Amino acid sequence: MKILVTVKRIPDPDESLKFANDAIDSSSSKWVANAFDEYAVETALRLAEKIGSKDRLAEVIVLSICPKDKRQHVTQFLAMGADRGVVVDADDTAMDSQSVAKLIAEVFKKEGCDLLLSGKLSQDAEGNELAQRVAGLLDLPQAAFAATVSWDQGNNSLTIGREVDDGVETKTLPLPSVVSVDLRIVLPRSVHNGVTPDDHKYSEGARLASLRGITMAKRKKVAVHTPADLGVTPTANVVYAKVVAPPAREAGQMVDSVEALVDKLVTEAKVL
Amino acid sequence: MSNVLVIVETDGSGAKVSALPGITAGQQLAAKTGGELHLLVLGSSPGAAAATVAEAGYGAAQVHTVEHADLEPFTAEAWSDAVVEVVRALGVTAFGGTASSALREVVPRAAALLDAPMVGEITTVVGASAFTREISAGRAIAQFEVKGSPFGFTARASDFEPAEPGGGAASVQAQPAPSVSRRGAAVVGVEKTESSRPGLTEADVVVSGGRGMREGENFKVLEELTDLLGGALGASRAATDAGMVPADLQVGQTGKVVAPNLYFAVAISGAIQHLAGMKGSKTIVAINKDAEAPIFQVADYGLVAKWEDALPKLVELVRARKG
Repeated sequence: MKILVTVKRIPDPDESLKFANDAIDSSSSKWVANAFDEYAVETALRLAEKIGSKDRLAEVIVLSICPKDKRQHVTQFLAMGADRGVVVDADDTAMDSQSVAKLIAEVFKKEGCDLLLSGKLSQDAEGNELAQRVAGLLDLPQAAFAATVSWDQGNNSLTIGREVDDGVETKTLPLPSVVSVDLRIVLPRSVHNGVTPDDHKYSEGARLASLRGITMAKRKKVAVHTPADLGVTPTANVVYAKVVAPPAREAGQMVDSVEALVDKLVTEAKVL
Repeated sequence: MSNVLVIVETDGSGAKVSALPGITAGQQLAAKTGGELHLLVLGSSPGAAAATVAEAGYGAAQVHTVEHADLEPFTAEAWSDAVVEVVRALGVTAFGGTASSALREVVPRAAALLDAPMVGEITTVVGASAFTREISAGRAIAQFEVKGSPFGFTARASDFEPAEPGGGAASVQAQPAPSVSRRGAAVVGVEKTESSRPGLTEADVVVSGGRGMREGENFKVLEELTDLLGGALGASRAATDAGMVPADLQVGQTGKVVAPNLYFAVAISGAIQHLAGMKGSKTIVAINKDAEAPIFQVADYGLVAKWEDALPKLVELVRARKG
């Protein structure tokens, strides 16, 4: 099995935003990996590895659309345990999500992958479109917002628990298919590959790179493509007209007792 | 043509309450494009629900139906096929609906099949092809311009009023059943979070607890307050991740976005991602033992106290008032 995981670099979401000329000024931002993509890579690694053995059940390829000299996040995921990288050398901020989806779909086909894993959204643009778009372009089944995944190797299928508005939906997908992951996918027992014992508890969250992983990452291969190589001409059919800070909420007031709180809610806010 | 198509999710007999804000967004968009509003009901036998929707009208010119056994239960694969066919058949400028978990899967997939752009989770309709939405966990508001047509949209439920019936009854038009396919996917079922309380995104009052509640058992006192106020129970990501309460109670960038009249944040520090999910609330009350907690910066009323001391007292006073 070949698993392709899409990863994006974003301005550090813990830094405060700077606004200039009706746009976010990220010129001095620290760039980091999107957290949901870390969860997607963690999911791929849990599917691929056999706990207690060096055998791997799948090859994990990380893919990013980014300038080729700005791929520290790809190296980070190779250090975490992904097998190799693919970079499409382009400015992803200058193209729309349909173009990004076409590039991902082309790499998926070129590599002959069985599964695309992605984070459900990026913490900066919050588009929440890519996995669904790629699934559409590749004419594959999809499951967005996965909280659990179980791989049934015998049936070559996945069973996904998806976060939906009124609970958790269970959906089975034949492979190849496309899955976007939600937060709970990195809980200790969310991923089952049929080989790692079912009672194995992973540490919560995405794993950190080991020292050995960091050394190994430098030797792992990263293929570089261009949109032209992949036959895609990027478009920009959704553009930011302006980006501004939200209006600040007016400062509230502190009360010193529960009685005072209830009194304010009744007489002032008139909500009780 | 500059018509707008809104996909209306139903419960089998009529529009789901959650679909109504999406209809409002469609009405506003049609007013900007100068076109008609069209509604779309999908299902294995959509007739009854479509008739109820048509009767309510919502200012729509027509209610379209697509009937196919594979459209129930919902799958993004089959629904997208149907949406793409209807968008093409009607030649609409825009298609979309409420940003529900279903349409957040369908609209991007259908947009990809149509080679179309889209804007998700819009908060206002600025013009015929211009919208605002929040980005970066609500720390910025972006205005987007979409080029070309058709394009897709999803509307954030907390930012559009539910559509009211009116404008006269619409006619129902059955569209030819297209070839729809689940691509081999199968929905086994949905494990619903059973609750006698209103839905989080629809409730007038939301009472949320955070990491400081320490364990699920302690949410009981929050549930008491919730039920006295006829509200919905919520939680921060820290509380749902710790397994104190089910994950679908999560309020935040990674959970649900709510905007009730009254929001209680109890033992919640106020991480950016939580604030993104609740700062549209009309009145915010924060109760936290840490006076430095960022939640106090967005609260209308803040009380520095341990929940163990404050909540039982609060429940008692509210109960006394409610008689």
